[in-house]
Amino acid sequence: MVDVRLGADEAIPLAEVGEVELYHPKSWVTKYVFSQDAKVIAIQYSMTATAIGLVALVLSWLMRLQLGFPDTFSFIDPSDYLQFITMHGMIMVIYLLTAMFLGGFGNYLIPLMVGARDMVFPYVNMLSYWVYLLAVLVLVASFFVPGGPTGAGWTLYPPQAILSNTPGGGLGIILMLVSLILFIIGFTMGGLNYVVTVLQGRTRGMTLMRLPLTIWGIFTATVLALLAFPALFVGAVMMLFDRVLGTSFFIPAIVEMGTPLKHSGGSPLLFQHLFWFFGHPEVYIVALPAFGIVSDLIATHARRHIFGYRMMVWAIVAIGALSFVVWAHHMYVSGMNPYFGFYFATTTLIIAIPTAIKVYNWVLTLWKADIHLTVPMLFALGFIVTFVNGGLTGLFLGNVVVDVPLSDTMFVVAHFHMVMGVAPILVIFGAIYHWYPLITGRMLNEALGKFHFWVTFLGAYLIYFPMHYLGLMGVPRRYYAMGETAFIPQSAQQLNAFITIAALIVGFAQMVFLFNLIWSLFKGKHAGRNPWRATTLEWQTPEIPPGHGNWGKELPVVYRWAYAYNVPGAEQDFLPQNQPPAARAA
Amino acid sequence: MSITTLFLAVIASIVVWFFLQQRLAAKPWLEEGPIDDLHDGGGFSLPTAKLGLRVFLAVVTVLFMLLIMAYGIRMALEEWRPAPQLSLLWLNTVMLVLSSVAMQFAQSASRRGEIDGVRIGLIVGGVFAVAFLGGQILAWRQLNMLVGFDVTHPAIAFFYLITGLHGLHVLGGLVACGSTTAKAWRSFDVVQVRLSVELCTIYWHFLLLVWLVLFGLLFSGNDNLGTLLTICGIR
Repeated sequence: MVDVRLGADEAIPLAEVGEVELYHPKSWVTKYVFSQDAKVIAIQYSMTATAIGLVALVLSWLMRLQLGFPDTFSFIDPSDYLQFITMHGMIMVIYLLTAMFLGGFGNYLIPLMVGARDMVFPYVNMLSYWVYLLAVLVLVASFFVPGGPTGAGWTLYPPQAILSNTPGGGLGIILMLVSLILFIIGFTMGGLNYVVTVLQGRTRGMTLMRLPLTIWGIFTATVLALLAFPALFVGAVMMLFDRVLGTSFFIPAIVEMGTPLKHSGGSPLLFQHLFWFFGHPEVYIVALPAFGIVSDLIATHARRHIFGYRMMVWAIVAIGALSFVVWAHHMYVSGMNPYFGFYFATTTLIIAIPTAIKVYNWVLTLWKADIHLTVPMLFALGFIVTFVNGGLTGLFLGNVVVDVPLSDTMFVVAHFHMVMGVAPILVIFGAIYHWYPLITGRMLNEALGKFHFWVTFLGAYLIYFPMHYLGLMGVPRRYYAMGETAFIPQSAQQLNAFITIAALIVGFAQMVFLFNLIWSLFKGKHAGRNPWRATTLEWQTPEIPPGHGNWGKELPVVYRWAYAYNVPGAEQDFLPQNQPPAARAA
Repeated sequence: MSITTLFLAVIASIVVWFFLQQRLAAKPWLEEGPIDDLHDGGGFSLPTAKLGLRVFLAVVTVLFMLLIMAYGIRMALEEWRPAPQLSLLWLNTVMLVLSSVAMQFAQSASRRGEIDGVRIGLIVGGVFAVAFLGGQILAWRQLNMLVGFDVTHPAIAFFYLITGLHGLHVLGGLVACGSTTAKAWRSFDVVQVRLSVELCTIYWHFLLLVWLVLFGLLFSGNDNLGTLLTICGIR
C-alpha cells in the first residue's frame, strides 16, 4: 500500500465543504414527528414499512391457508384470495422493500456514510415521508371500502383490473392507483435527496471510489428508481383516466357479461410495456441496495477488504444500466415478435455476467478470511446462497423456450420469491442486526437472533424449494383452488399443505424478531462505540447514537477507502476511514 | 420505447462522462493519505439546488418521453383518429414563450443587480404563465364543446392527459415562482434572490421546451409524430 504519511508541516487544509445550515427543531413535534433530520425520517420510514409489511405477511398466511387446506376456511372466498395475493405482492415490493431500502436505510446511512450533516434538502425529505405515509394510508383505506381492495394481481393488467367484476373493481382499484401515484411523488422527493446528497454532500477526502458499497448500491438504485417510476406513474394515471373518465388508453372494445362497454381501441399491451419498463428496474431497485449492504456486512464481519472493489462498483452500475433493456422478458407470452424475444432473452442473460462477478467477489472476500459467524454475517451468507439459487432459476426463465411452458406457474412464484423476496429480506434483517447498535446504542439479543436466522433461512427453503417442483408439474399461480385437475396429483396437494405449515412457522419466527427489537431497546447489552470494529464513517461519530447534525464541530476528513481491514503493520485489525495516517504511524 | 431508450442512452452518456471525471478507475486500496488532489468535498461545481433541479428535470423528461412514446404506440394501432386542430394552442404557445422571455429578463436583471427589473420580470412572467394555463383550460372547453366529442377518442384523451400533466408542472412552477416573487418584494438585495430567480428561469425554459416538443409533435399537425417515426424507420 502506498502510504502517504503526513509530515509535521503538512497540516491538512480545513474542509472546503460549505457548512450547511441545519434546521434545529424547536419542539417535540418538530423533533420527532415533523422532523427534518434524516435519521428520524429513516426510522419513520422503516416503522411504517414494517407495519404495512406485517399486513402483507398476514395476507400471505391467509393465502397459504387457502392453498394448503382448500375447502377448509369458509371466510376465504375466491375474490378474497385474489385480493390477498394482489395486496401481498404490491405491499411487499413497493411499500415495504422499496421504502425500507431507500427511505429507511438510504436516509439513515447516506448522510452518515458520506460524512454529511444531513440530506441536502431536509424539508423535501420530510415531505417525502409524509407523502409516503399518505400513500400507505390510502392503500390501507382500500381494505375498508365497499368491494374491498383490488384483486387484479400485483401487475394490475388491464382490462381486467378495471372491469367491474374483478374483485375491488369499484373503489379498490381507484385507491390502489391513487396510492401508487402518491408513492411515486413521495419517492421522487426522497430520491432527489439521496442522489444529490451522494454527489454533493460528501466530506473532504470522500471520493466516489472511497464510498462504501452500501452507498453505491443505494445511489444506483435511486437513480434507477427516479428513471423507472415515471413509467408506473404514466401507467397508473392513464389507467385511472380509463377507470374514472372512461377514456380508452388501455381498454379495447370489450363485452362484459354480454354488455358491450363504451371503450374502444385501447391497447392492454401498452400498459404491460409501461408496467414492466418500471417493473424490471424495480427488481434491481430492491436488489442493488441489498448487494451493497451485504458487501459491507461481509467485509466487516470477515475482517477482510472486499475483493475487487472496483469490479463491484462497475458491476453495480452495469447491472443498473442493463436493467432498463430487459423489461419485455416478463412478456414472453404476450404474443411478441420472436426477434423481440430473442433480443430480450440475450440482454437478460447478459445481466448474469456482472451479477456473477459480484457473487464471485463475495465468495472470494470470504476465502481465507477471519469469518465471525455473528448474526449479520449469518444473514449475509444466507443471502449469497439464496440469491444464487433464485438467480439460477432466473436463467431458466430468461430463455423464451423455457419460460413459455413455465409462465404463470408456481415456478415463477418460487423464482421471484427467492431472488427478490427472501434474498433482500435476509439482507434487511442482517442490516438491522448490524446497525441496530448504532441506531439505539444497544445490541440485539444474539441467541434470539440466531434462532430467527435459522428458522427464517431454513424455513424459506422449505417453502420455496417444493414450489419449484409444483411449478414444473404445471401447478398454476393465482388459482384459488385446483379442484379436480387431471395433471395435478394428490401429492401436489400434500406438498402445498407442507408449504403452508412451513410458511406459518417462518411467519411466527418474525414475531420473535419483533420481540427482540423491542426487548433489546430496553434490556439489550450496551453496544459501546463501534461494536463491530467497522471502518466506515457512520461508526466514527462523536456520539453514539449519532446526534443532530451527526458530526460535532468539524466534519470528518477521509483518508482511505472503506475496507482497510487487517492492514499489515497497523495496530488494530481495522483502520477507520477518518483516522489520519500520521496517527497510525505513531 | 425506442424514444425512451434513446433518451436513456443520452442520460447514460452523461453518467459515463461524469464517472470518467471521477477517476472511477482509481485503485482506492492503493491510495491513502492527504487528499489535496483527490476530493475537496463537494461534487459538481454548481450549487446544490441547481443540481437538484437538474435531476428533477431529468425525471420530468422521462415522464414526458414516456407519454410521447405511449402516444406513438397508440398511433400505430387500429382505430387511431387524429385530434381536431385548435388554433387557440398557437396563442397559448406565444403566451408561454413570452412568459419565458420575461423570466429571462428577470434573470438578466438579477445578474445586473437591478431588483426592480427582477420584480417586473417575475410578475410579467407569472402573468403570462397564468394566461397560458387559462388558454389551456379554454382549449379543453373548446374540445369538450365539439360536436362528436368522445372520451374514447384516443387523441383527445391523450391531449387532456398530456396537457393536464404539463399544466400541473406549470402550476407547481408558479407556486415556486410566487414565493420567489414574494422574496424579491421583501428584500432589496438582489444577491438573496439571484439563485431562486435562476432556478425559476431554468424551470420555465424547460417547461417551454417540453411544451414546444409536445405541441410540435402531437398537437400542431395531424401526423407530425407519425412522420418522425416513419423517418426514423420505427413505424
